[in-house]
Amino acid sequence: MSDTTAHAAGHGDDATTRRDFLLYATSSVGAIGVGLSVWPLVDSMNPAADVRALASTEVDLSPIQVGQTITVVWRGKPVFIRHRTADEIKAAGAVNPEDLVDPQLDAVRAAKPEWLIVVGVCTHLGCVPLGYAPSQPKGDFGGWFCPCHGSHYDTSGRIRKGPAPKNLAVPPIVFNGTTVKIG
Amino acid sequence: MTPAPVWKNPIVRWIDYRLPVFSFIHHQLVDYPTPRNLSYWWNFGSLSGIVLVIMVMTGIVLAMSYTPHVDHAFDSVERIMRDVNYGWLIRYVHMNGASAFFVCVYIHLFRGLYYGSYKAPREILWIVGIVILLTMMATAFMGYVLPWGQMSFWAATVITNLFSAIPLIGEPIVAWLWGGFSIDNPTLNRFFALHYLLPFVILGLVFVHLWALHIHKSNNPVGVETKSAREEIPFHPYYTIKDLFGLGVLLFFFLCFVFFAPNMFVEPDNYIPANPLVTPAHIVPEWYLMPFYAILRAITFDIWFIPAKLIGVIAMFSSIVILMLLPWLDTSPVRSARYRPIYKQVYWIFFADCLVLGYIGASPPEGWYIPIGQIATAYYFGHFLIVMPLLGIFERPLPVPESITAAMGMPKEAGR
Amino acid sequence: MIRFGLVLAAALGLGVTLSAEASEAPKAPAQAWPFNGPLGTYDRNDLRRGLTVYRNVCASCHSLHLVSYRHLAGVGFTEEEIKTIAAAVEVEDGPNDQGEKFSRAGRPADRFKSPFANPQAARAANNGAFPPDLSVITKARKGGPDYLYGLLTGYKNPPAGFKVLEGMNYNEYFPGHQIAMPAPLNEGGVEYPDGTKSTVQQMAHDVTTFLSWASEPEMEERKRMGLKVLMVIFVLTALLYGLKRQIWAALH
Ligand code: FES
Repeated sequence: MSDTTAHAAGHGDDATTRRDFLLYATSSVGAIGVGLSVWPLVDSMNPAADVRALASTEVDLSPIQVGQTITVVWRGKPVFIRHRTADEIKAAGAVNPEDLVDPQLDAVRAAKPEWLIVVGVCTHLGCVPLGYAPSQPKGDFGGWFCPCHGSHYDTSGRIRKGPAPKNLAVPPIVFNGTTVKIG
Repeated sequence: MTPAPVWKNPIVRWIDYRLPVFSFIHHQLVDYPTPRNLSYWWNFGSLSGIVLVIMVMTGIVLAMSYTPHVDHAFDSVERIMRDVNYGWLIRYVHMNGASAFFVCVYIHLFRGLYYGSYKAPREILWIVGIVILLTMMATAFMGYVLPWGQMSFWAATVITNLFSAIPLIGEPIVAWLWGGFSIDNPTLNRFFALHYLLPFVILGLVFVHLWALHIHKSNNPVGVETKSAREEIPFHPYYTIKDLFGLGVLLFFFLCFVFFAPNMFVEPDNYIPANPLVTPAHIVPEWYLMPFYAILRAITFDIWFIPAKLIGVIAMFSSIVILMLLPWLDTSPVRSARYRPIYKQVYWIFFADCLVLGYIGASPPEGWYIPIGQIATAYYFGHFLIVMPLLGIFERPLPVPESITAAMGMPKEAGR
Repeated sequence: MIRFGLVLAAALGLGVTLSAEASEAPKAPAQAWPFNGPLGTYDRNDLRRGLTVYRNVCASCHSLHLVSYRHLAGVGFTEEEIKTIAAAVEVEDGPNDQGEKFSRAGRPADRFKSPFANPQAARAANNGAFPPDLSVITKARKGGPDYLYGLLTGYKNPPAGFKVLEGMNYNEYFPGHQIAMPAPLNEGGVEYPDGTKSTVQQMAHDVTTFLSWASEPEMEERKRMGLKVLMVIFVLTALLYGLKRQIWAALH
């Protein structure tokens, strides 16, 4: 299209420069204006204020037995709360973080060793890994197993085998007596 | 038509050889020959098109946050206003955009009436335009229902009940429209579906409208066809820049409403959630439908064995359909009102008549408003059925210039 | 065709005056609201006092169910203040793991608590009259804030010969003059934390400001953004006009 604007002739160099200047000034302001007016349309698809303000989830830990995992919902996603057995804690602590895909100490992931709280979303492509119910496979490392593409997580929720790049995320948590607040 | 340029960019050339989109755009938007004497009244076609695009874009994102359910619709709209990012802005643009759309389209239509743009060979162009107007009305009406306020609900009730005037099958048709025995969730749901669909129908019709336009090109204030290349200028850059300037002016006024008086065209009652048990004291449609609403209400008497209600409905639809017949009802060979001294007067009388109808449509149906509405309605139809055919025969037009260049040589008639 | 434009402008003006009239009660006099006009904002102190009036007076019958406590952050309430305000109410939540509803203290993300569980309960408690939700009240009444202020201060003795029905109250600005709501504001009816004397006028002014904000929480941002946008459009249009002149100059 640029080759066709040229034939609105200007008179001599001066006029041409002035017109070019005006053309550039107008186009820049116009382009910025269009950009700015598209932004509200795009941003309206981002999480709205009420979604962002969603209340945190509070969970009573007292009924969860040793070895049991429960699933609670936080921001629409499953969160696994596992009351770990002594063996599981030991297994998680015995790993040398250097050997891991996503190196992290178990002590960092579980401030209170008996409670492991992770977001139950596989870091590969978002499936919910199995291992939250007694009948389910827990994978080669006794934690979780994602059936979608075969990721294995250990008893600290760390990725040990399979395509997932990261450990299961740990949500922000605050313990308060026998309850925990997630978020 | 000048041949398409030889595209320098090899990718463009490759594509254009297989699918000539670039040549098409070049012919239809860049090189497209346009009469050089178009006035600013010719801006409103493209302005309407741009407003349509704005409506579609804002509408799509609004639909993402809106819930078409009787229990949630009202609250979901207010949630858009309060919690969705820029939701208030998008909704107010969409809401006032409907008014802006009708302003542009009505000016566009009245420009066509003044300069005889509907005459041969542009009849189909004109008819498609009227179909667009009808579709717009249906779309606007259904959009008005979606917030599920009191006006939404009762507008839906009144308008759908029009169909009950149809003899024998009226009642079943209304039940079919409603999907129930009253306006309820199924109605809201289908109105939402159709409100989303119809704008795309309008886009298609606009394409046909433009297609027809580009066959015989634009009419112009003189009303004689262009006769030489000297009378034509390429659409780009002359009319692209003129249209963009016009867009700037329109946006300025439009955004004044959006930001500083966003609810000016809204009845406060529509911020009261729909209540099927209570009708607001005074229900009125949006301003752009008021003249037609006045015509509907003007018929208060049965004719012969036909009930008033049915005649009212027929009158209302006829008032739009009659516009489609205008190319044949106007018998004058002269296009532009500039050279039709009597039509010029008649035009303004007709325009005033439309304003009166609008005023009556907004007023309660009582006292003097009723006979005034009836007279205005009679005149509306008289204008098309009596005045226009006779005027073409009895009016003595001024000498029409033989060409645009000849007309432009005349002092003080540059048109703007 | 210029005449055309003038007539059109007149027509638009007509439409505007039209929508303002048609009401059986006298129009409430216009007040000088600080939030009027293209630069107007809600007075923060008015708003705070207005919230006090709403919580202590209106909230016993009228819900505000589209407004959340967290929205107060938009007009300068701190997070702590909002938490305290929200925690003052008990809200029903649930069901919990046992399938039972339970009540807990309100949180910022909660909507303002409604006084009644449903419209039927609201009617039953108010002699059959339904106290409307106030979330969009100034948008939902002709005259907006002026009407609301007029209504709240418009309780009078009926003129001689005017018969007020049982359980109704005479109000100068209510359409038909008979309103089920008894005069809600009484001299000294609330105690303002900032020590302002709570006259009826003061309380009406404050609560109207608060409810105007509740109806149009976006107003301040809207006006601020509007000025900027209009300025940009103005400059852009002027530039476009210059460019148009230049491009067309080549033609003549
Ligand atoms: S999503 Fe879990 S392995 Fe792919």
